[in-house]
Amino acid sequence: MSDTPLLKVENLKTQFFTEAGTVRAVDGVSFTVERGEIVGLVGESGAGKSVAVRSILRLIDSPGHIVGGEITFDGKTVVGFEDEPGTDGEPTRREEMLTNTEMRSQIRGSEIALIFQDPMESLNPVFTVGGQLRELIELNRGLSKQAARDRAIEILREVGIPQPAERFDDYPHQFSGGMRQRVLIAMALGCEPKLIVADEPTTALDVTVEGQILDLVYDLQDKYDASFLWVTHDMGIVAEICDRVNVMYLGEVVERASVDDLFYNPQHPYTEALLNSIPRPDQSTEDLQPLEGAMPEPINPPSGCRFHDRCPEAREVCQRTHPDLRTVTEAGQYAACLKHDAFEAAYETSRPLTDESPAAGGDRRE
Amino acid sequence: MYIVLFIIVVAIWAFVDGVVLDYYFAERFWYSPITAPPGSRGLLPPVGITNEYGTGTWAHPLGTDHRGRDILVRLVYGSRIAIQIGIVATGVGATLGTIIGAVSGYYGGWIDDVLQRTVETFYAIPFIVLMIAIMSAFGRGLWIAIVGVSVITTPIFARLIRSEVLSVREEEYIEAAKAAGVRDRNIIRRHVIPNSLAPVLVQATLQIGVNILIVAALSFLGFGAQPPTPSWGAMLAQSRTYMLPDPWFSVWPGLAILVTVVGFNLVGDGLRDAFDPRLND
Repeated sequence: MSDTPLLKVENLKTQFFTEAGTVRAVDGVSFTVERGEIVGLVGESGAGKSVAVRSILRLIDSPGHIVGGEITFDGKTVVGFEDEPGTDGEPTRREEMLTNTEMRSQIRGSEIALIFQDPMESLNPVFTVGGQLRELIELNRGLSKQAARDRAIEILREVGIPQPAERFDDYPHQFSGGMRQRVLIAMALGCEPKLIVADEPTTALDVTVEGQILDLVYDLQDKYDASFLWVTHDMGIVAEICDRVNVMYLGEVVERASVDDLFYNPQHPYTEALLNSIPRPDQSTEDLQPLEGAMPEPINPPSGCRFHDRCPEAREVCQRTHPDLRTVTEAGQYAACLKHDAFEAAYETSRPLTDESPAAGGDRRE
Repeated sequence: MYIVLFIIVVAIWAFVDGVVLDYYFAERFWYSPITAPPGSRGLLPPVGITNEYGTGTWAHPLGTDHRGRDILVRLVYGSRIAIQIGIVATGVGATLGTIIGAVSGYYGGWIDDVLQRTVETFYAIPFIVLMIAIMSAFGRGLWIAIVGVSVITTPIFARLIRSEVLSVREEEYIEAAKAAGVRDRNIIRRHVIPNSLAPVLVQATLQIGVNILIVAALSFLGFGAQPPTPSWGAMLAQSRTYMLPDPWFSVWPGLAILVTVVGFNLVGDGLRDAFDPRLND
């Protein structure tokens, strides 16, 4: 068991069937999370990060549906579809795929916990913080009321709530944002899950508190030996805590690398563009090169490479050929860009699309 | 302020009902509902004690009715029935409606469609017609009236809480609860309903007044509590015949209904102000 990854997502497809058409929010995403690892999932707003992680917990609400791919977690098939659609054209579920009841009782909360973006909204305002934490532990761990209460206070202390026994009976509005995020982390840890999925948990916090929370997560990860899947758009956080990173663009993973490779040697123009748009102490703001334009609608993605209309290095071939994720360096870095030799796409001989991309961010970079 | 005023009125009324009715009037007229022996004539006065159409005596401050029964005693006793029906029927209706509306709003889809169409069907029928139909089918009486009023109250609450649930279910703590593996019924019970309840409490208080009015109307038509039980609506109906010789006979039960209904409305208003701070500005 130990050599198989804890979480394996393969070719996951989640689509929303709206009146305007089918939104391919997640379109063939694959990644893995090993035991004891912090994996980052990075991308702009709308790249499909949140949909991808909610798919892992099967929390997609109608009109969204997981339509294909496979997710295995710790030997259990969370999502599993046959490669061929059934006779009615609908995707066929495999036998071993967990039922909704099994998902609820075996996976959610107890094995995979989710930390949400907005700590202000993620606690029920009408019950005390301690009561909610206690109830969760009671439900998922089968402890008695008193034992669950003791455990809840202990966890609150671990996540850095001062005087946890006194704060136990406070309501969420009596906590500050950072405190509430600590409580949410306590809730996630309360059931000692194997994997904690954090969906931009520090976006709503200020930078000092964010730093404290990241330190806390680092300490607790050691202690509880949990894996993290960390969704964010903040490259600073990625650099700070992640072991490996997946970069998403428009429902696809476009680059996968260890955190060092990604920052020192990005292989996809999109990753480069993301890195160039971060302020750095050795540059003035005039040197910043924000990515031009906005992400296209996933309802009607561009042909060929989905990034080609914003890409400074796009060539004519990029409009026609859609690259998949391939190994592009000897260090085992993956990227989905035709400029690499692994694709054999005649990129070098193709005409550049420079007139369409006035930003030309890549060329001016040192 | 209305709430304080109302509580004072209720407290005085409870005192009148409890102490004065049971001891003072019992001593004087022998027919308190509590001291009357079971199976006796109850609220009917002993033969011979009548003060037909009499008003304003110390013995009968509000006079007596056509059978010589003291109007004040019947009025006070009738308040029990009015409040009983108002609170029980509203309570049952609000509970049922809350459950139906919360389930309907939380799940959506075909469950929502089925429940809402059913509820709307009941809502669409004029309540008096529905009540008369129910009572024609199951018989007349106090408890049938309570059941009937509960049935016609349920849709109001079902629709009210559904609209609230539709916004609450999109809150992040609901999704957090789902992600934590909480069962749907616990999410509805612990997260959805407590967060959608404020308008229901306000509506329930207002509805008590409305339901008292409905039952009075039914009693007036002869479908509510049956004689000799003294209900305000029935007293009004009986007084019609004596409107010219004894107009006060009609005024007292009418005034009782008016004061009670207005009182509950004022409490509802007060609660709404308390729950929704935006209205204070």
